[in-house]
Amino acid sequence: MSPRARTLVYVVLAALAVGLALALPLGEYLVKLLLQAASYAIAVLGLTVLLGYTGQISLAQAAFFGLGAYGVALGTTTLGLGFLPALILGLVVATLFGIALGSSTLKLGGHYLAMVTISFQQILTLVLTNWISVTGGPDGIRNIGRPHLPGIDFENNQVYLAACLVVLFAVGGLVAVLKSRRLGLAMQAVRDNELAAGVVGINTFRVKIIAFALSALLGGLGGGLFAGAFRYISPDQFAFDDSVVLLTMVLLGGVEAAVGATIGAGLLILLPEWLRFLKQFYLAVYGAAVILIMVFLPGGIWGLFSRHRVWTPAAPVGPLELDIEAAGGTLLSVRGLAKHFGGVRAVDGVDLDIAPGSVHALIGPNGSGKTTLLNVLSGIYRPTAGSIALNGRPVAGLAPHVLAAAGIGRTFQNIRLFHSLSALDNVIIGAERPGSGIAHRAAATARALAALGFVGMAERAGELAASLPYGHQRLVEIARALAGHPVLLLLDEPAAGLNLTEKQELVELLKRLRGHGLTILLIEHDMDLVEQVADRITVLNFGRHIADGSPADVLRHPEVIAAYLGEVPSHEAA
Amino acid sequence: MTVLLQLLFQGVGIGAVYALVALGFVLIYRATNVVNFAQGQFAVVGAYGMVVTTADLGLPYWVGILITLAVMALFGALFNLSVYYPLRNRSFLPVVISTIGASIFITNIILGVYGPEPSMLAPMLDAPGISLGNLFLDAQYLTIIAVTLALVALQYLFFEHTLLGKRMQAVSQDKEMASLLGIKVGWMIMLTFIYSAMLGGIAGILVAPILFVSVGLGGQIALKAFAATIIGGFGDVPGAIVGGIAIGVIETFGAYYISVPYKDAFAFIVLFAFLLLRPQGLFGEKVSQKA
Repeated sequence: MSPRARTLVYVVLAALAVGLALALPLGEYLVKLLLQAASYAIAVLGLTVLLGYTGQISLAQAAFFGLGAYGVALGTTTLGLGFLPALILGLVVATLFGIALGSSTLKLGGHYLAMVTISFQQILTLVLTNWISVTGGPDGIRNIGRPHLPGIDFENNQVYLAACLVVLFAVGGLVAVLKSRRLGLAMQAVRDNELAAGVVGINTFRVKIIAFALSALLGGLGGGLFAGAFRYISPDQFAFDDSVVLLTMVLLGGVEAAVGATIGAGLLILLPEWLRFLKQFYLAVYGAAVILIMVFLPGGIWGLFSRHRVWTPAAPVGPLELDIEAAGGTLLSVRGLAKHFGGVRAVDGVDLDIAPGSVHALIGPNGSGKTTLLNVLSGIYRPTAGSIALNGRPVAGLAPHVLAAAGIGRTFQNIRLFHSLSALDNVIIGAERPGSGIAHRAAATARALAALGFVGMAERAGELAASLPYGHQRLVEIARALAGHPVLLLLDEPAAGLNLTEKQELVELLKRLRGHGLTILLIEHDMDLVEQVADRITVLNFGRHIADGSPADVLRHPEVIAAYLGEVPSHEAA
Repeated sequence: MTVLLQLLFQGVGIGAVYALVALGFVLIYRATNVVNFAQGQFAVVGAYGMVVTTADLGLPYWVGILITLAVMALFGALFNLSVYYPLRNRSFLPVVISTIGASIFITNIILGVYGPEPSMLAPMLDAPGISLGNLFLDAQYLTIIAVTLALVALQYLFFEHTLLGKRMQAVSQDKEMASLLGIKVGWMIMLTFIYSAMLGGIAGILVAPILFVSVGLGGQIALKAFAATIIGGFGDVPGAIVGGIAIGVIETFGAYYISVPYKDAFAFIVLFAFLLLRPQGLFGEKVSQKA
C-alpha cells in the first residue's frame, strides 16, 4: 500500500470507530471501560515514543498521567478555568517535569534512569496524598468539568468518548508518522546505538529530552481526558503500580509501533473483565503474563504481525557527489594531543598533520593509542591536553554531533550500525546530518541510495542492517559516513574480519574515494592494504608518535620495525 | 542528646534491613548485570513464611526460621529458572520488566491468600530490650543489627577465603573467562539467586516483628534498598551496607524533625541528589563507554 492509501484507510477506520462510538447503544458500563482504554492508550503512546522509539525506560508514566489529570481537575474546580485552559495547564506542567526528568539522562541511563523515574513517581504520589490543602489529599477531587462547545453535548458520555477517540486517533497517527521522520529516525538511532548516533551528527541528549517531553505531554493528555471522563480522581489512580500497568500495556501491544499502544491498552483494560472469574488472583495472572510476554513475545502482539519487508530500490541510483573544494595547506592539524585515563597515558602528546585529499594511515601495535586518538578526534573522548584544528578552526573537546556537523565522519572497529533499521535508513540518518546541505527527505533518500550504490550495496538497501553479512555491514557503515558528505573520513580498521576478496574490494573502494579527493584517516593493521592506499603513514607506539612519512620510508624505519617485531638482531641491521 | 542517640539506634536498625535487601540486589547485579525489582518481595515472602509457620501453624520460632530459609532457597532457584534464565541473553530491559512482572505476581498471590490486612508477629525474643540511662535499646533492633553484622562478616569470609566464593567472584567479573577456566557459570548464578533470596528472606524475618507484615512492605523496602545501592555505589558490596544504613538513619531523623507523612520521600530526595550530583555513589568508580 502506498503511504497515501494507508493514510486514507486509517482515516476511514478512525471515522468509523468514532461514528460507532456515537451511534451504537453501548451501555454505561462499556462506555466507561472504553473511556478508560482510550485515555490510557494516549498515555501509552507516550511510552511508544520514549521506550519503543528512543529506548529509554520510564516507570513514571502514571505520574505524568496524574499531572494532566490534576491539571484538569484543579483547573476546572479550584481555579474555575474552562476545560481547555485547564488541560493546557496540566500539559505544560507535565511537559516541564518531563524535560526535567529527561535532563537526568545527560549522565544516566539504564537502571539509573529506571530508578530516577521511580523516585519521581513515588515523590509525586506522596505529594498528591499529603498536600491536602491543594490536592484534597486521599479523598481526591470531585465534580471535574468537561469541555463546553455550542452544539456538542459533552455531558453525554458517548459524545465525550467520541471526542477522546478523535484525540486518540490523531495522536496515534502522529506517533506513527513520527517513526519515519527525521526526529523519529534519530530516536531509533539513539536507541540502537547511542555512540554511533552522536558520531553521525545526532544531538543525542536533545533527542532524549524531546522524547521525554513528548512522552510526558502524551501522558498528561491522556490523564486530562481521563479526569474529564470520570469527573473524580484520587492519588491512588496514579501510583507506581499504574506506571507498571502502562509499561506493560506498551510491551504487550508492541513497543515498536503506535498501533501496539492501542492494542495493549485495550487488552489490559478489558482483560480484568475477562479474568473476573479468577477473583482476587487476576493481578497475579497479570504479573505472570508480563513474564510470559517478555519470554515468548519480545515484539508484543503487534510484533507477531509485523515483519520487516525486504525491498529493492525501484528508482535508478544516482552517482554520489563527494568532491569538495580543494583547500590548500592542512585539513586537520593536531598538536600535543593527550588523553589520559587515570594514570594510563593512552595518547601522550601526538602531533599529526593531514593534507587535504590524502589518505593518511595511522598504524602501530595493539594498545598504541590509535583508536583512542580516533575517539578524541570524533569527540567521543575529551582530550586531556592539546589542540585539534579542522581547516584552521579549533575543534578539540567538542561533542560528537558538533564534530559531525563540522564534517568529520567515521566508522568503528566493531561495526556500530543501527541494527533494527534498514540499510537505507541507516544511511539516510547519515545523509541528514546537520550541515550536510540536505534539506528534505527525498534529497536525503537519493543521496543515501547514491552512497549505498557507491559502495556496491544499493541492491540491499531494503534489508535490515542486522541481517546483513559482516562484510556488507562494514560497507553500509562506510556508506553511512559518506552520505553525510564528510570533509574528513575516519576509518577504524575497515579491513578487520574481511576475507581476501572483500579486502581487495575495500582497496578499490578506498582508491576510488581518494580519486574523488576525499581526505581519509585510516587505522589499519593490514600493511599490504596500507601500502596500496596510503599517501602518508604515522606510526604510534605507547601513545606517542614514533615515525611519520611516506609508506616506503616509514616501513623501513628501524624504530617501526622494532615496535612491530621487537629489537632487530644486530647482524641484520648491519 | 538522648533523642539523637535513640533516633540513631532506630535508624541503624531499620537501615540494617535495607542493607540486607540491598546486598541481595548487589549480588544478583554483579552476577547477572540485572537489577532485580522483585528483591523486596523476597523479604515479603520471608516475612509471610514466618506468619505461616509460627502464627498459623503454631510452630516454635526457630523451626519457623529454618523452614522459611529452606523455602527461600527453593524460591530463589525457581525465580532464577522462571524469571532470569529464559531471558539471560537479552538486553537489560526485558529482564527488568520480567522481574517487575514477578514482583506483581508474588504480591498478588500473597494478597489473594492473606488479603490486605497486615498480620502481626510476636517478637523474636522474650526480653523487651536494654535500658542505658534514658536510652532504650529494643531487643528486636539489637537482633537485626547483630544478625546483619554477622552475615556481613560471614559473607566476607566466604567470598574472600573459600574457593566457591572466589569462583562466584570470578563469574561476576568476567563470565566468559570464568567459563573458559572451567567454572560452571550457570550454577554460580543459580547459587547467587539462592543466596540472595535467603538474604531477602532473612531481612523479612527480622523486620516482621517491628513492622506489620503486609504485601506493601516489599515495594517500600525494595525501593529504599535500591536507593541504598546507588548511594553506596552501584554494584559495590560495602557501599550497599553503608547506603542502607544511611537511608535508615536519614529517614528516621527526617520523620522526627521534618515530617512524618513525607517519611518515605527523604530516601528518594537523597537519591535524586546523588543521581544528579554523584551518580557513581560514595564508593563507585566512574565508568565511560568505550568505542
